[in-house]
Amino acid sequence: MDRIQIQELEKQAKEIRRLTIQAFGSLGEGHVGGALSIVEILTLLYYRYMQIDPEDPKKEDRDRLVLSKGHAGPALYATLALRGYFPADWLETLNRGGTRLPSHCDMNLTPGIDMTTGSLGQGISTAIGLALGNRLNRIDRNVYLIIGDGESDEGQIWEGAMAAPHYALSNLIAFTDFNRMQIGGYTDEIMSLGDLDAKWKAFGWFTQHVDGHNFEALAQAIEAAQKEQERPSMIILDTIKGKGASYAEGDVANHYMPVSQEQTKEALEKLERN
Amino acid sequence: MNKEMRVVYAETLIELAEENEDIVLLEADLMKANSTKIFKDRFPERTFDVGVAEANMVGIAAGLSATGKIPFAGSFGCFAARRAYDQFFISANYARLNVKLVGSFPGIAGALNGGTHMPFEDLGLMRNIPRLVVMEPCDGLSLKRFMEIAASYKGSCYIRLHPRAVPPIYDERESFEIGKGKVLKEGTDVTIIATGAVLVPEALKAHDMLSQEGISAAVIDMPTIKPIDEGLIVDYAKKTNAVVTCENHQIVNGLGSAVSEVLSEQYPTLLRRVGVNEEFGEVGTLEYLQQRYRLTAAEIVTKAKEIINLKRECHS
Repeated sequence: MDRIQIQELEKQAKEIRRLTIQAFGSLGEGHVGGALSIVEILTLLYYRYMQIDPEDPKKEDRDRLVLSKGHAGPALYATLALRGYFPADWLETLNRGGTRLPSHCDMNLTPGIDMTTGSLGQGISTAIGLALGNRLNRIDRNVYLIIGDGESDEGQIWEGAMAAPHYALSNLIAFTDFNRMQIGGYTDEIMSLGDLDAKWKAFGWFTQHVDGHNFEALAQAIEAAQKEQERPSMIILDTIKGKGASYAEGDVANHYMPVSQEQTKEALEKLERN
Repeated sequence: MNKEMRVVYAETLIELAEENEDIVLLEADLMKANSTKIFKDRFPERTFDVGVAEANMVGIAAGLSATGKIPFAGSFGCFAARRAYDQFFISANYARLNVKLVGSFPGIAGALNGGTHMPFEDLGLMRNIPRLVVMEPCDGLSLKRFMEIAASYKGSCYIRLHPRAVPPIYDERESFEIGKGKVLKEGTDVTIIATGAVLVPEALKAHDMLSQEGISAAVIDMPTIKPIDEGLIVDYAKKTNAVVTCENHQIVNGLGSAVSEVLSEQYPTLLRRVGVNEEFGEVGTLEYLQQRYRLTAAEIVTKAKEIINLKRECHS
């Protein structure tokens, strides 16, 4: 990637953040932290790597994303709106009765959402099913999966961790949003994950660990994962929960938080200046 | 020779898979008990034994169905229904996907595995899932037909699979549909509504025993507990004004509850439920447990007479 491409991605990421912060501001509360920590990976996937057609969201021959940490849906909704899956003014309806953009991802409500998620841990299994289905259907497309670090407390994550290498699912590329915070506090205090890299490696995944906000590092890792022919990939992303929202970043209580109009205004101004 | 129902399950799945390349099988290390190894031998690339991980199995099945596959995912009913309930609820049903979940060795069929392996509550759990189709076929032919129906039905199903060989109730000409009960015997004094391979034969025996005492009992097989055949239940309640339900399950939240709900709202009728009452399972042969939990023709007869007497008292 050259400098101009990176600048373009940074611009798109900023726009996704802006729309996400606006949507939370409009609602007055939300899952701010874990949405804003995955903006860079969403930007790269939806603008550079995923083979998709916003005009034909259910196209059989497409790359798919399972956002297993379904509460981060608002960041994905902003991404999908910018990519043209639906009008951006839908974002103002987030979590309101009758909306097509619910708190957690719903494949039957939102164009571009590939799997319904929300009960943590389940996305790894459905992603494995999608990857197996693609293989049976001889569809040479990838399944991308984003799990949370808090979510990694769920036993089902490790059931899936064992199964994907068993089936040699090199068409499955997973990310852990390793922002080191969960609902109740820091992951090290609530339930320490230990050596996460060693765990995924030991389960048989092609494991990489990069700065989740650095496009160049992310792109290299994704391209290496795409080249892998035998194993599923896990890319552990060092991220900052609440990244880019001045009222949230650094606050361990930012998983789900109230957001005032003043905070939103200030956050958007600071985002613009950066 | 009369086949074990688990063998009928595996053979039917092979037949379906020969016709439709989207049919796939998932197991959680119980291929031996479920007799599905013959499917794996025929379609190794369409068989996924995920090991002892039922939650993962159901989630993978949901993902497969999102690519157009038609997964049959089986485990003992206790694990399929209880252990993977949230996965079946959210990843399969809330997501409106297409998973055929098979709970084998239901109720006392858990037998020598004992109380930990004896689901008396799976029908109740499954009945609570919106729009799910819940089936309990009572013999080999009806199992085969309902598997064919499930494979072509667009949406998730729960199939309660009794593993053993049981006497045939139906012949090849019989056709079935979701939400329709089958009248096996006509009768005017009491209606016995039963489900599954343990209780439908007992209901027929009870019919004969009652007949010898001059009591005319209608017998209905209710192979889909949800949606349930409301029209048939109400028709026979009107005809006999006394109903006995029979199930290899808790008397709460299963067939007895479903029938009671229909009648309470549409035609209040005196009713008794044969089934397990506020008890956990325990170890023993199926024959022992059938006596132990009174899932027998004798119990059905007792309940039928009890309710007929009550009906007479009410009407005199």
